[in-house]
Amino acid sequence: MLKIEHITKTFNPGTINEKYALENLSLHLTPGEFVTVIGGNGAGKSTLMNSIAGAFFVDEGKITIDGNDITNVPEHKRAKFIGRVFQDPMMGTAAGMMIEENLAIASRRGKIPTLRWGSRKEDHQQFIEMLKELNLGLEDRLTSKVGLLSGGQRQALTLLMATMGKPKLLLLDEHTAALDPKTAEKVLELTNKIVNRHKLTTLMITHNMRDALRFGGRLIMLHNGKLIIDVAGEAKKNLTIQDLLKMFEKASGDTLANDRMLLG
Amino acid sequence: MLDLLIPTISQGLLWSILALGVYLTFRVLDIADLTVEGSFPLGAAVAAAMLVNGSSPFTAILCAGIAGMLAGVITGFLHTKLKIPALLAGILTMIALYSVNLRIMGKANLSLLRIDTIFSLFNSYGFDTQTVVLLVGIISTLFYMVLMYWFFGTEIGSAIRATGFNVQMIRANGVNTDFTIILGLLLSNGLVAVSGALVAQSNGFADVGMGVGTIVIGLASVIIGEVLFGTRSFRNCLISVVLGSIIYRIVIALVLQLGMPPNDLKLFTAILVALALSMPLFKNKWNEQKRRGIKYAKN
Repeated sequence: MLKIEHITKTFNPGTINEKYALENLSLHLTPGEFVTVIGGNGAGKSTLMNSIAGAFFVDEGKITIDGNDITNVPEHKRAKFIGRVFQDPMMGTAAGMMIEENLAIASRRGKIPTLRWGSRKEDHQQFIEMLKELNLGLEDRLTSKVGLLSGGQRQALTLLMATMGKPKLLLLDEHTAALDPKTAEKVLELTNKIVNRHKLTTLMITHNMRDALRFGGRLIMLHNGKLIIDVAGEAKKNLTIQDLLKMFEKASGDTLANDRMLLG
Repeated sequence: MLDLLIPTISQGLLWSILALGVYLTFRVLDIADLTVEGSFPLGAAVAAAMLVNGSSPFTAILCAGIAGMLAGVITGFLHTKLKIPALLAGILTMIALYSVNLRIMGKANLSLLRIDTIFSLFNSYGFDTQTVVLLVGIISTLFYMVLMYWFFGTEIGSAIRATGFNVQMIRANGVNTDFTIILGLLLSNGLVAVSGALVAQSNGFADVGMGVGTIVIGLASVIIGEVLFGTRSFRNCLISVVLGSIIYRIVIALVLQLGMPPNDLKLFTAILVALALSMPLFKNKWNEQKRRGIKYAKN
């Protein structure tokens, strides 16, 4: 489904701030695969996500989604393949617009907007059904402005918006990092439910090793812009945090000194 | 009193179309667009030059609107494609339009005395001048309000509104934000130019300097309207802006009646807008003081 071949990205090339964010990284995701991504600060997790989403173009390499070469396709044109949830709960929705308007925009993801009425009555029943499944009471609040919702509610809504068109690829960029632990857990469970139901091909960045082990069928770890750990199937199921730490030390020749990842 | 009130309201209505344009950039797109100061006289210049050359008032206003739209596209292009900050892009277009407007009119001031305008067209149906200006004001303002309400409810309109709220979100949903920003600036400056065309016809002349301060007048109308009449929904906002424009004119008429020299008008407006824009800050400070006051009282 997603095929990343030898991508490289350097920020500020030729200056003293030169930074190799991704180095010759390759990654293939089969349809329906749910992959969790971990790595320390500056490992290249977000750069990987942004390269796929098209926030910038990669220096070298090729990215294809379901056979479509998107390496040089601008961000807004990739959106028809990709659903995204950001770390900041404010990023995924338009605060000043109603819930129904946000959903209506998401339901048209990747289609060229026309002069038809934006938020149509005939879609509302479907929106209500979807919102009911979130179990947050949002189904009665279609005309509320999204800015009035809590961070968790906004993130759940963004998740719904990102997945409603059954995208070929779902990108979750530490989407629970800004939430309190209880809300984060709820949103993670919801994520798991939606991803499994629609068998969405998913890349989920998390800073939390436990979550990375609990969710998904495959785990990858980045370090200094390279993929250093890639476990799937039974091996992933039986993996523990201790195993991961050992694997990391062996692969990188470094110890992992990041409390946030260990304790989170 | 009524003699003074009706023309004041009429002026407010003709200028409210400018206020709607300013609302569109300042609030919907979240851009302070100074193109307005050039596109307002541009609309006036195009309409006046065409009327002097014998065009029908309707054609003249239509062409003024199209000229304004082009001005908006230029600012949009400078901002989105050439990555010039919006404020500077607007200033560049505004300055360029000064020369363009002089070229269009051939001189700094073009009189419309004894030339058929949209108002004299209605005069011929037997209304007196005061009623005509009011009628034209009401009809054109209603027309643009309805048009804006419809357009910003459509898929494209929603995309433009979402662009103003959250560029990242609407891009992630597959919309080209360069397109929505340019389209928003196009519509805004189209409205502003139409307002300029109407004001020029009501004043009886177009002047190359008539754009000075228009952005501040537009902002004053938007803010006064929002404060007094609310921002609950998009429809509510549109009505607020138009009423704000009328109230602004009434306030100006009042202070002039009270003896303020007309030369100080722009200073007065600038202070008014500065105060209104800083209102949220004072409000927060005041609320904080109140909260802290209660805490101290408890201790």
